[in-house]
Amino acid sequence: MALLQDNFPTFLQGFGYTLLSSLIALVGSMILGTGFAIMQIMPQKWVRKLGNIYVQIFRNIPLLVITFFFFLVVSKYVKMSGFTSGTIALMLYTSAFIAETVRAGILSIEGGQMEGARANGLTFGQAMQHIILPQAFRVALPSLGNQFINLVKNSSILAFVGGLDLMYQGNMIAANTFETFGTYMIVGVMYLIITLPLSYYIQHLERKLKQA
Amino acid sequence: MEKARKRQFGIIATIVLAAVIVLGLLWATATAKKNTAHQDTLARVEKLGRIVWGVKADTKLFGLMNTKTGVPEGFDVDIAKALTVQISKQTGVPLSAQFVPVSASSKMQLIKNTNIDGSVSTMTITPEREKIIDFTKPYFDAGQSILVKKDSGIQSVKDMNDAKYTIIVVVGTTAATEIAKFAPKAKVLAVQDYATGMQALKSGQGQAMSTDNAILYGFATENPAYHIAGGTFTHGPYGIAFDNHQGPMVRQANQALATIKKNGVYNQLIKKWFSDVPGLDWHSLEAK
Repeated sequence: MALLQDNFPTFLQGFGYTLLSSLIALVGSMILGTGFAIMQIMPQKWVRKLGNIYVQIFRNIPLLVITFFFFLVVSKYVKMSGFTSGTIALMLYTSAFIAETVRAGILSIEGGQMEGARANGLTFGQAMQHIILPQAFRVALPSLGNQFINLVKNSSILAFVGGLDLMYQGNMIAANTFETFGTYMIVGVMYLIITLPLSYYIQHLERKLKQA
Repeated sequence: MEKARKRQFGIIATIVLAAVIVLGLLWATATAKKNTAHQDTLARVEKLGRIVWGVKADTKLFGLMNTKTGVPEGFDVDIAKALTVQISKQTGVPLSAQFVPVSASSKMQLIKNTNIDGSVSTMTITPEREKIIDFTKPYFDAGQSILVKKDSGIQSVKDMNDAKYTIIVVVGTTAATEIAKFAPKAKVLAVQDYATGMQALKSGQGQAMSTDNAILYGFATENPAYHIAGGTFTHGPYGIAFDNHQGPMVRQANQALATIKKNGVYNQLIKKWFSDVPGLDWHSLEAK
């Protein structure tokens, strides 16, 4: 407990950066992921191919490699901090998984709905936006929730590039106080403070959508 | 009926799970306590016939992994080998040396967990560390410096006391804590190991990397565009580390260290590793 009291500002700062990075990456990867999911079911073959290549690249390279690529290689040309490079990498990596999840959701909606919507005069975009995507998200919600929780936990890669997040601060505190066990216990609990409410919220959302 | 049975199953499952978790935690804390409790390192070493040394794997000149053979090589590694031979002579027990790569942040915990018996890993002797582990007498004289790009115009650490500069350090090193005293206004970027630190310096994530001069010399030899600016600003000799209260082991190591300093083995190793380093007066490192 003394460990927590003595280092509270540091833990809190790490907590804040973890939360901030997770939020940015979550919003960004939702937008990107949905975009690439739609690309993968477009009627045009080359658009589908392009979406598929993106997903395969970022889904199959370890997150740490992507992070170091931005931190050490890209930053030679475009200046970016560890926090920025880590968050971008996290966003791209997660977006590939979200694209797959959303795509599966879209495919689970029977084809007749799209045809019906088009027959009633909606464009492809309108049909997507009003008919298909709302249903697809409902189907995909449980696995989307998994992705979000993974995203929060994966944000710990920021620690490797000086991203000031919870894990980074934990490493610093452990190195300075030599209290490895206690420090990482606190870090673990702080991650739970983010992820547990998140998973309960998603469960709650699932129930609500089931009733609707 | 069906519902009641389901509920019963649920309750039992919860109790069993909770019991497993509680017992597991109890067992883990008990084991951890047993491991941190007093264990005589020398007795363990003699019984098993080997000394497991923690050495660096990412630090040129001291301990660098040879990617072809998979064995770390450097001054620290050779010192550990020489000490093993010497301790073996002193105790009359045949001993072999084994090497485990450690990082700046992991070495203390590995000693505490008895994963390694001792550590020869560019480790500065500090009062804070001495509370938790035992050190031998110094085996190498070092001090903190900064490595900067030759055309950066930075002359010494004093020039870097400005919020526009970022200084790269490695988590768990003394340099990471000391730098705040010498350049309090500069930002600090802590990375996991020296190799990443050097890459980060090259890609402009910071303007300087700070750690012991001896380690920086290794990077300067490999990267001619970089040099050490302004000499050392701290003094922190390296010691060989063992777990706390290991008097017999520390005495053996000190005696072995004194012997290899006297019989010339130490100076041979200094010559082997440091005579080719540009800008370093390696004779000053020799044991007198």
